[in-house]
Amino acid sequence: MSEAASEHPSALVDQPVIEVRGLEVNFTGRIGLLAGLLGKKGADAKAVDGVDLTLRRGEVLALAGESGCGKTTTARAIMGLIRPQGGEVRFEGKALGRSMRSYRRKVQMVFQDPTAALNPRQTVYEIVAEGLRIHGIHNGPDGQNEEQLVARALSRSGLRPPERFYLQYPHELSGGQRQRVVIAGALVLDPDVIVADEPVSNLDASVRGEILDLLMKLRGELKISILIVTHDLGLAWTVADRVAIMYLGRIVEIGPAEDVLLRPEHPYTKALLDVVPEAGGLQRPILKGEPPDPTRIPQGCRFHPRCPVVESGRAAELGIESRCRGEDLALRELAPEHDAACYEAFLRHDGASSTV
Amino acid sequence: MSVLSVRDLAVTYRSTSGDVPAVRGVSFDIKKGEVLGLAGESGCGKSTIAAAILRLHSAGTKIEGTMLLDGEDVLAMRPGRLRAVRWTGASIVFQGALHALNPVKRIGAQITEAITTHQMSSDRGARVRAGELLEQVGLPSRRIDDFPHELSGGQKQRVMIAMALACSPSLVIADEPTTALDVMVQAQVLRLLRSLERDLGLAMLFITHDLSVLVEVSDRLAIMYAGKIIEEGSARTVFTSPTHPYTKALAAAFPSIGDMSFRGKPAGLGGDPPDPQQIPSGCPFHPRCPVAWDDCTRIVPELWTAGPDRRAACLLAEGAPPTARAAASAVDL
Repeated sequence: MSEAASEHPSALVDQPVIEVRGLEVNFTGRIGLLAGLLGKKGADAKAVDGVDLTLRRGEVLALAGESGCGKTTTARAIMGLIRPQGGEVRFEGKALGRSMRSYRRKVQMVFQDPTAALNPRQTVYEIVAEGLRIHGIHNGPDGQNEEQLVARALSRSGLRPPERFYLQYPHELSGGQRQRVVIAGALVLDPDVIVADEPVSNLDASVRGEILDLLMKLRGELKISILIVTHDLGLAWTVADRVAIMYLGRIVEIGPAEDVLLRPEHPYTKALLDVVPEAGGLQRPILKGEPPDPTRIPQGCRFHPRCPVVESGRAAELGIESRCRGEDLALRELAPEHDAACYEAFLRHDGASSTV
Repeated sequence: MSVLSVRDLAVTYRSTSGDVPAVRGVSFDIKKGEVLGLAGESGCGKSTIAAAILRLHSAGTKIEGTMLLDGEDVLAMRPGRLRAVRWTGASIVFQGALHALNPVKRIGAQITEAITTHQMSSDRGARVRAGELLEQVGLPSRRIDDFPHELSGGQKQRVMIAMALACSPSLVIADEPTTALDVMVQAQVLRLLRSLERDLGLAMLFITHDLSVLVEVSDRLAIMYAGKIIEEGSARTVFTSPTHPYTKALAAAFPSIGDMSFRGKPAGLGGDPPDPQQIPSGCPFHPRCPVAWDDCTRIVPELWTAGPDRRAACLLAEGAPPTARAAASAVDL
């Protein structure tokens, strides 16, 4: 009985696979030679500035935000492709360190542009088998040989019959097929986690659904946890169990997709939802200005210079404006599993709970 | 009168492996103050149409049909006349805003170049006009002496739009103008284009693969597949209640947040767009179509009436020929 319960997906779902704690990634500012000789220093960009994130077993978590918000950098730090300046990434309870090789086998990445991710001079078979060769895997768990493992990965990625694709080169495939080859290259190693950075934004609209459908199947059938980095909240609505919204290197809101996307707490999440193109949507408010500069993170709430609550005077009315402008703040749980970092939201919920 | 009237446009590229029919008979009109959205996957021929309107194709490309710009046939224009019409009659905002500007020239100089090349204007007059144009697209005119690298992506795209407006054209063609931009900036640029279209009474041809963007900015929509328009009508109805199964699949790729029918169910379309050199028989969409039947492999569909002010090239359209209609009604959908 207990064994059956542990087999059940819902029992597995709450276990963390990857835990990120206090992650910080800085990029050193570049500076001209002359300025360097004069002893000037470039401004460091805090691309990721204290991110806590948990990816649970078998869940799809979407990490969303504008370009420059640090979402891709977070994903790359989780992959171990960037060494963070602070914080840690834990995989199945153990901090990443010397065990990178086995970690890389268990956590695979799918990139945005499949054409760039594939070696144009390798055949599909070689591309998919490369991971096995790098990790020195000659036999699968059930005694399969290399060819059987490659064939299984290709057919799981929807390239069937797999033999037909063995000797093809990337240029002979369509965009959707190329992304399937990238996914097959990840699957061949039997990963626990796939980190997908904008996996469909380079694909044609009609093909996107198929690739997303494939990722959903992998989650459903193989219980792979998936972290999707995207700017597209519509995509998050389609596939994600939970959504995290990033702004200037921090997560400002996180929770179940229905809560975050239908009942957003943070004004930035609301602003992102307002610009999702839809018929008649141009009447809705649009945030002014460009994505902010990570070399100059504002004091207080980092969103306050663009925040409609501050700009409209609503924050002053509520008596929180000085905190918005001056006091940094952390995420707080406002509803079950639903956290946001906004003084206005805090006040709204405090008021609601005190009147109850 | 229509600003642009295109009839039976066909564009064939020559290649070493033979002729490539990229556009295979397309007709549409754009009126003053109207935005026509043209959507489709890569390779469907939409950008080819944009280039054909200004005859920007390389020599050897075969262009057939008629294209009347303000009543004058673009294909019959002599080189001198064509040069005069480019930018004053119709202009293009290209998709690569980040690369379309010359990195070593100040943006003011690039805008004035467009003005002095195509219109009789003094250098000083052109500079004043360039400043006005920048203000019009929401950039302070003091940025006129900035270099492109001093501008953000959204600001560069605003400069491209200012250039397109430089000679007060009656038609502006926007080819994927927001594709490389961030979501928030995209919304700003779309709002700008829409307000310019209203204020200046422009006719606009807006091309993108992103149907959700088109619905926001367009009055009318035309959906292309394999070099032909397969559905057209008012933007909202085409998007919200498509007739053609391809339009349905395309619309489903842009989910509506809050609509539970999308939740956990990404809608996809099997297969890939056809090779323009090997267009399938009958309806070119039939190999990927979820509802195709035998007739679809034989009958080449035309744009039949599919409701008030709507047409679709599908045997499911109400105006499809009666024999086909009989077969269609027999099919259980």
